[in-house]
Amino acid sequence: MYCRGPEGTVLTKRLTAELAPSDSIGSSRLGGLWRLCGWGLAVAAVLVLVPEVRAQQKVIIEPTRVPYQSVEAPPSPLLEVLLFYAVAGSTVFGALAVCFTKNIVRMAVWLLVTLVSVAMLYFLLAANFIAAVQLIVYAGGTLILLIFGVMLTSKSPWVKFEPSKVEVVYAAAVCGLLVAVLAFILTATIWPPAQEQLDATTVADLGRSLMTTYVVPFEVAGVLLMIVMVGAAHLARQEKQSP
Amino acid sequence: MMSIGLTEYLVVAAVLFGAGIFTMITKRNAIGILIGVELVLNSANVNLVAFDRYLERCRIDGQILALVVIVLAAAEAAIAVGICINLYKNLATVDVDTAAKLRG
Repeated sequence: MYCRGPEGTVLTKRLTAELAPSDSIGSSRLGGLWRLCGWGLAVAAVLVLVPEVRAQQKVIIEPTRVPYQSVEAPPSPLLEVLLFYAVAGSTVFGALAVCFTKNIVRMAVWLLVTLVSVAMLYFLLAANFIAAVQLIVYAGGTLILLIFGVMLTSKSPWVKFEPSKVEVVYAAAVCGLLVAVLAFILTATIWPPAQEQLDATTVADLGRSLMTTYVVPFEVAGVLLMIVMVGAAHLARQEKQSP
Repeated sequence: MMSIGLTEYLVVAAVLFGAGIFTMITKRNAIGILIGVELVLNSANVNLVAFDRYLERCRIDGQILALVVIVLAAAEAAIAVGICINLYKNLATVDVDTAAKLRG
């Protein structure tokens, strides 16, 4: 209770002094009653709900396995080719735009384009779960983290640090040579023939092998994430003012 | 070319890799370098998932490895942004050329 002026303060004090003992007694009595009611309700709920849930479980546990049948026609190869070239084009365009943009915020936006296009590539590669994880973790998490980093570390978003022209030319020459050699090697290599008409990997398969064959990397990744969480909180925390 | 095979995906990944390396070399902003690292990790992931799809031998393995790489990339980004914030606290800039205190 907040009152202004001396009279108000006195009144408040008197009121609290009068009300406090009776109020506490009343609340304890009332509390006992309420507690009794609560326990009664909880016991009744358990008595009613447990048989209900058990009946439901019996229904659910019944084997309802239906063999998977593909109803849709397989997609035409022309559509796949067109989609691949569209998505690959946007991926490459986004990556090159990240390279040649000077403004850091625009770089982050082009990185978003690239990440979403890469997720589309995963969909084309029939890796649905990886694509979803890419969209959630990369486009939803890492990119937001990067943008927060930009906001926290620049006085103005338009601050630029320019490399010299010679450096850019050297870097472009080296990277262009690298990509050219890689592309030459990749096109010259004869790969083993691929399976035609492959079903998408199910999440159940992924989870099963994460829990059996790859359980050690899975647990190590979990421990690493915890260490990183503690470390990042320690790195970015506010320093305490020394007295 | 009327069918998409492994080679096309690998070439796209190679271009992503080159773009990431170029970004890492030419940017002076620490967060720009981080964006280049993300591009390189994504190109590795495209490679892994493409091998998973087209090679019989690495059926599930490629996707598991890609998941681990995504986890590592998220962890690395968190730590790197923390380091950038500390750099900014100490030097009032994230220009990597000014952070030369450890240079001999």
